[in-house]
Amino acid sequence: MKKLLGAGLCALTGIALPGCVTINIYFPAAAAEKAADKIIEGVWQLKKPGEEGQGTQGKPGAQEGQGSDRPATPEPTTEPVAPPQQSTQPQQ
Amino acid sequence: MVNPLALSRYILLMLLALMPLAGRTQANIEIDTPAIISLEQRMQQRHNQLDTYYARGAVGLTRDGLIAMRDANELPLSARQSVNALIAAENQDRNALYREIARANGHPEWEADIRSTFAQRWIQLARPGWWYQSASGSWVRK
Repeated sequence: MKKLLGAGLCALTGIALPGCVTINIYFPAAAAEKAADKIIEGVWQLKKPGEEGQGTQGKPGAQEGQGSDRPATPEPTTEPVAPPQQSTQPQQ
Repeated sequence: MVNPLALSRYILLMLLALMPLAGRTQANIEIDTPAIISLEQRMQQRHNQLDTYYARGAVGLTRDGLIAMRDANELPLSARQSVNALIAAENQDRNALYREIARANGHPEWEADIRSTFAQRWIQLARPGWWYQSASGSWVRK
């Protein structure tokens, strides 16, 4: 009886433990997507309307629209970036 | 003599204790290493120059997470060489970024998955008017 129980336990451990390990090997797609978004928002200086939106002065929801090409970035760390040199934009 | 019931409870407890660990390591992707941060900063600075070329349609986002010259006719001859250099530098950093993220998370074999995740997200977050490569390889204006 005890032998049977012991064998059962061994089998259970043998199945369950590798199960725990294999979970880690799968690519965490959702987490990767979140990480990618964070990096892309940093590189392209995108602003999400919902997140960290306490610094919007004046316009409540007008960023990301087709009117202004680039919203004024209210970051205190970087000095205000000059607009692109070629200010003669052909398209309105 | 070990009580088998106590032993089985102990083993079960050990297994249960491991579960949250598995969940936690899966749910997070490390991107806060010095190498990744410096790549990100370089790309951010370069974007100030590339921005206008995306908008003009001269440069587009490729389906493999890089960028490419889409239409050189949008550029004056004098600018083409410098834009090509910008594209090459950007692609070098992007490749390094995907490699570094995979390595920072202890899974170098994830590089291709990370690249394809980024490829989708670059396109998803691109501004209206920018060009990107569809799955078939043709250029599409967003």
